[in-house]
Amino acid sequence: MTRPMIAFEGVTKRFGSWTAVDGVSLAVEEGEFCVLVGPSGSGKSTLLRMVNRLAAPDAGAVRVAGEDIAGLAPEALRRRMGYVIQSVGLFPHWTVARNIATVPVLLGWPRARVRERVDALMRLLNLDPDRFRGLYPHQLSGGQQQRVGVARALAGDPPVLLMDEPFSALDPITRGTLRTELAQIHRKTGKTILFVTHDMDEALALADRIAVLEQGRLVQHATPREILTRPADGFVRDLVGREEWGLKRLAVETAGERARPDAPPPSEQPPGEPLPGDMPLRRALSEMIARGVDRLPVMDAEGRPAGVLHLADLVRS
Amino acid sequence: MTGRRFWQVFGLLADRLVLAVLALVLLLYGMPLLKPFFAALYPTLDRPMYEGDGFAALAADHMALVGLSSLAAAAAGVLAGLAVTRPWGAEFRGLVEALATAGQTFPPVAVLAVAVPAVGFGAAPALIALTLYAVLPIVQNTIAGLEGVPAPVLESARGMGMRPAAILLRVELPLAAPVILAGLRTAVAINVGTAAIASTVGAKTLGLPIIVGLNGANPAYVIQGALVVAALAVVVDLGFDRLALLLSRWQRA
Ligand SMILES: Nc1ncnc2c1ncn2[C@@H]1O[C@H](COP(=O)(O)OP(=O)(O)OP(=O)(O)O)[C@@H](O)[C@H]1O
Ligand SMILES: [Mg+2]
Repeated sequence: MTRPMIAFEGVTKRFGSWTAVDGVSLAVEEGEFCVLVGPSGSGKSTLLRMVNRLAAPDAGAVRVAGEDIAGLAPEALRRRMGYVIQSVGLFPHWTVARNIATVPVLLGWPRARVRERVDALMRLLNLDPDRFRGLYPHQLSGGQQQRVGVARALAGDPPVLLMDEPFSALDPITRGTLRTELAQIHRKTGKTILFVTHDMDEALALADRIAVLEQGRLVQHATPREILTRPADGFVRDLVGREEWGLKRLAVETAGERARPDAPPPSEQPPGEPLPGDMPLRRALSEMIARGVDRLPVMDAEGRPAGVLHLADLVRS
Repeated sequence: MTGRRFWQVFGLLADRLVLAVLALVLLLYGMPLLKPFFAALYPTLDRPMYEGDGFAALAADHMALVGLSSLAAAAAGVLAGLAVTRPWGAEFRGLVEALATAGQTFPPVAVLAVAVPAVGFGAAPALIALTLYAVLPIVQNTIAGLEGVPAPVLESARGMGMRPAAILLRVELPLAAPVILAGLRTAVAINVGTAAIASTVGAKTLGLPIIVGLNGANPAYVIQGALVVAALAVVVDLGFDRLALLLSRWQRA
């Protein structure tokens, strides 16, 4: 059995008489992308802040890589975890480059390596280094500030990322781009990510597993597909959204999974650009509507024909 | 003179701070040259030019008094402000703030008058009064400045793994610096004026010609002393202006 990277063991946190987090036990495996969802005030940020000891549990323990963090030096622990806070919190008197360099400088990296790292991260997050390096946070748009916040969290190459609504101030397009970037970073680096969002589509798109919080209690911890198909209760079902449930359901499965594998001879291939096999069914449906067809060819990762997706396949459950 | 040199010199002369310093130096060393002017202004006076200690010497004492008291006040004020904004000092915050606010309702002259019976005449009561009075705006502004550091900035500083000392030195103090400096500026401005009054309790300052002039019905002395004090005040204020610009460069980037 693999040891979880982050483990909450019966964690409770009270503020006065208010119980913000109530007996939560939750394990995030190494390399897992875990998304916390729940209404405002349900304790998501508080749970996150207990991982880097910005908040201390009143009961229970938090383990990171097997170690009870109550016994670790907080500063050393925090330098091993990227932290993106809800309100960004860039240092206003430091340039973008200096902000991103915070943790590498704390870790005592040589100057040339810091500069290289900063430039690489700025490019990764679509911030032209030559244009943005020397600017101060107040000279950036809200979305650009958030991207600097994400770059700053990634800078020390920490094995764990704690991200509290990192994309909340972004327009849907940038948000989608960054979401894709983050998914790629996750795939490439195998970092363990604990991510808070209010956007259910974001959660479904990014998560290996979703943890649903309600008034400080963990009500369900499961894969996106399970959350959709077997919500623990009415609350989770509502959170996922009754109205667009069908479309969300389509979002967590791919064209490759539903396509009819028996590829017809090339002469009978339906016309049109084939869909990549990993395209979510929701986008495949959108493609069919946009192109006005009820069948589309699907290809695999190498570009070989992998079957045909029929409109009727989308409603088959 | 080449065109470039000319513009460099001209640019320097157009700088208000440089001009003010120049005016002050001229007044300090060139005052005797104005004797004919004051003689013409007050033809009935036997001695239209103050000729006790030189103005430069008086200004040096004056500035030493202001400098020492302001430094001591800055050290005490900033430390007190720091202490009461830390978790361990928060208990005393109310007390310190109340003292600072109440203290400022006394006029500086009153503080001076109270100090004399305690330590006698001379520079000592002046130093004490000036220091005590200057502490108040500095404490107040230190608290306000540190309080003004946005909570998310502190949260992320902590979350990045900065130690408390680093957070204080590299985040809190730089962000609070402009506000703290404004407090220091107020304190020094008050002290430049109050130090002049301190001549009444026997401290040797630029107030001496003014006091002598008032006692001896010699308005020329009063004007001479006042001119120098005013020039000094302008220099100090412009100096702080410059410093404030330096400390908040990032805000105007
Ligand atoms: N420092 C604090 N002092 C007192 N109460 C607090 C504190 N921090 C959080 N709380 C309370 O704990 C509860 C959970 O807060 P938390 O910030 O974790 O919610 P959240 O799920 O992140 O909400 P949101 O989605 O709005 O960010 C809230 O009711 C909040 O008022
Ligand atoms: Mg929150």
